[in-house]
Amino acid sequence: MREWISEMWRAREILYFLAWRDVIIRYKQAALGVAWAVLQPLFTMLIFTFFFGRLAGIPSNGIPYPLFSFSALVLWMYFSVTLAHVGNSLVANSNLVTKIYFPRVLLPAAAALGGLLDLLMSSLLLVGMLFYYHVTPHWTMLLTPVFVAQTVLLVLGLGMLLAALNVRYRDIKYTIPFLTQIGLFVTPIIYPVTFLPQRFQGWLALNPMTGVIEGFRACLFGGGVDWNVLACSWVVTLLLLLVGGLHFRLTERVFADVV
Amino acid sequence: MAPSISVENLSKRYELGALQEETQLRAQIARLLRAPFGKRRPREVLWALSDVSFTVEPGEVVGIIGRNGAGKSTLLKILAKITYPTSGRVKARGRVAALLEVGAGFHEELTGRENIYLNGSIMGMRKREVDAKLEAIVEFSGLRRFIDTPIKRYSSGMRSRLGFAVAAHLDPDVLIVDEVLAVGDADFQKKCLSAMHELRGGGRTVLFVSHNMAAVENLCSRGIWLAQGKVQLDGPAARVIETYLSSFASAESASADLANVADRSGSGEIRFTRVEFRSTGGEVQTVTRSGRSVVIRLHYHANEPIVRANFALRLYTELGTLVTATSTWLHALDIPLVPAGEGYVDLEIDALNLMPGRYYLSLRLASVIEQRMYDALEHAVYLDIEEAPIYGQSRRIDSRFGLVFFPQRWRLDGIGRSATLEVSRAADV
Repeated sequence: MREWISEMWRAREILYFLAWRDVIIRYKQAALGVAWAVLQPLFTMLIFTFFFGRLAGIPSNGIPYPLFSFSALVLWMYFSVTLAHVGNSLVANSNLVTKIYFPRVLLPAAAALGGLLDLLMSSLLLVGMLFYYHVTPHWTMLLTPVFVAQTVLLVLGLGMLLAALNVRYRDIKYTIPFLTQIGLFVTPIIYPVTFLPQRFQGWLALNPMTGVIEGFRACLFGGGVDWNVLACSWVVTLLLLLVGGLHFRLTERVFADVV
Repeated sequence: MAPSISVENLSKRYELGALQEETQLRAQIARLLRAPFGKRRPREVLWALSDVSFTVEPGEVVGIIGRNGAGKSTLLKILAKITYPTSGRVKARGRVAALLEVGAGFHEELTGRENIYLNGSIMGMRKREVDAKLEAIVEFSGLRRFIDTPIKRYSSGMRSRLGFAVAAHLDPDVLIVDEVLAVGDADFQKKCLSAMHELRGGGRTVLFVSHNMAAVENLCSRGIWLAQGKVQLDGPAARVIETYLSSFASAESASADLANVADRSGSGEIRFTRVEFRSTGGEVQTVTRSGRSVVIRLHYHANEPIVRANFALRLYTELGTLVTATSTWLHALDIPLVPAGEGYVDLEIDALNLMPGRYYLSLRLASVIEQRMYDALEHAVYLDIEEAPIYGQSRRIDSRFGLVFFPQRWRLDGIGRSATLEVSRAADV
C-alpha cells in the first residue's frame, strides 16, 4: 500500500501531462476552440428554457428558469461528457496500455481532470448569469466547490468501473451515452425534485447526481436542502468510488492482455 | 553485487480463443442461461513462456533471440511490467525503461516538442529532466525544423527517430529494447546502435530483442535463445547465435520437405510441401555454386481451387539481412487459377551472384486480390552456396568479400600508358 502511494506521488507529473494532452487534443483544429465548452451548455439551456420553461411551464422554485437549468447543466455536462471520456480512457489509449508501463489508474484520473477546464469555462458563464439576474451573493456560494469535487469523485468512481469493464466488454461504450441520456431525465435538471409526486422523490435520491445538483443550487440560490438526500448522495458516491477502485485494482493486471 | 534483473521460473499462459467469447456479453449470458452451473468449455491453452529462469548482472548486454512466437515479446512485456506472469517472479533493480515500440504513446495531434514531454513523462522522466535534455533530444533526432509540427505530418521514419531520441535520453539502469532497429534509415540505425553502445559503456544493463543477428552479435556479450517458451541456450552471444542459426531446416541442401513444418502461418487453403534445388537441365542438384545457375522448384498442395495466387520468395543471409525478394506478382505474372491438388512452380536464376555461404529462404503464398496469406514460412529452408572460381581463376572467395559479385572484368591496358609514350617518343628522336 505504501509503495502504491509513493508510486502515485511520483506519477503525478504523468497525470498532469495526460490531462494536459486530453485538453489540448480536444480543441486542436477546432476553429472555436474552448468556446465549445460554453456553447454546448448555453444552447442546451436555451432549448430547455423554451420547451420546458416556456411551453411546458415546469416550475423552477422561483428561480429564473434559464438560471435554474443552467446551474444544473454546468455540473451535468461535466458529468455526462467526462464520464464518456473516462469510460473510454483505457480502450482509447490501448497503444499506451499495451506498450508502456505506468499506473493504469492515471488514464481515467487524467480524463476526469481534463474535463474540469470545460467546467471552469461554463462556470464563468454561470457567474455572469448570476450577475445578470441580480442574484444576491450569499456565503454559501463558497461551498459550491464541495459539489464540484463530489461530481469529480463520482465520475472517477463510476468511470473506473466502466473503463475496466470496457476493456473486456465493448458493450460499455454503447451503454454510457444511453446511461447519461436517461440520467438527464432522472436527475432534477429540467425540474425541481418537488415537481415529482412524493412517492418518486425517494427513488430520485438514489441517483447521486440528485443530491449534487440540489445541494449546488441550494448553495447558489439559498432555500432549504434535504439533508437526507445529500447524505444518500455521498454514500452512493463513496460506494461507487470504492467499488470502482477495487474492481480496477483487481482487473488492471490483465488490461494489456485483453484490451 | 545483486543481479540487475532476476527471472525465476517465469510462466505465462494464454487461452486461445478465450477472448472472443468472453468479451461478448451476449455469449456470456447465453452460456449462463444454457448451463448456469455447468463447467466452462475447456480451452486450448498456449504457454507463451514456461519455466524461464535467468539472471542478468549489472552492465551486461543480453540479446534475446528466437523465432516468431518463441516468447521473446512476452518476456519483454513481463519485464516491462506491462503484462503479468501466470506464475514465477521477476525483479529488476533501478529505473527500467522499456522500448517495446518506438514512439508508443505519441499522439498524432501533438507537435514533436509536445510529444517529447508527454512521452518522456510517461516513460518516467521528470519535467525538469525533460526541460534540461530537450535540446539534446531534438539534436539527436535531427528533426529541429519539424519540432513544432504535429507528428501526424511526420513520416514513420521521423516518428521512430523522435521516439528513439527520447528513449536514448531516459538514462535508465535497465533498458529493454524490442526490435527497434528494424525501422529508420541506415544512418539513424547507426546512431541508435552507438547510443546503445554508450549505454553499455556506462555500465547499464540492456536487454535486446532482434531478428538482426549482426546487430545482436555486435552489441551483446551474451545471448539467450528462446524456443517454444523455454530457454534453449544461454551463453556467449556468438555461440548462441551460431547454434540458433544452425537449428534451422534440418533437411539436406538439395531439397527440403515442408509438408510437416509446424512453424508457419497462413490460412492453409494452399501450402508449400517441398522445395527442391535443380539444375537448368532439370535434375536435382546437390551442390549449388556461386555464380552458377539454379532452379528453385516450389511444390505445393492446394486443398481447393485458388484464384489469383502469388508465389513469393525471399532470400536472407545468415545474419538476417534481406538479399532479395521476388514473386510472381512482381513479374506481373497472372495466375488466374491454381486447381486443387499438387503442383509446382519454378524460379530459374541464371547466375546466382552471391558469395559462398549459407542463405535462408522465406516462402509465401498469398492472394493477389484480397488481403489473405495462405502460407508463410520464415527462414524455413537454407541454401548453402559453395565456392566457385567465379572470376575465372581459382582464388578463394568468401563472405569476407561482401555479399554479391557482379559479372566483371579488369582492364589493364592503361597501365604504363604514359611510359609507353615516353619510350616511343624517345625512339622517334
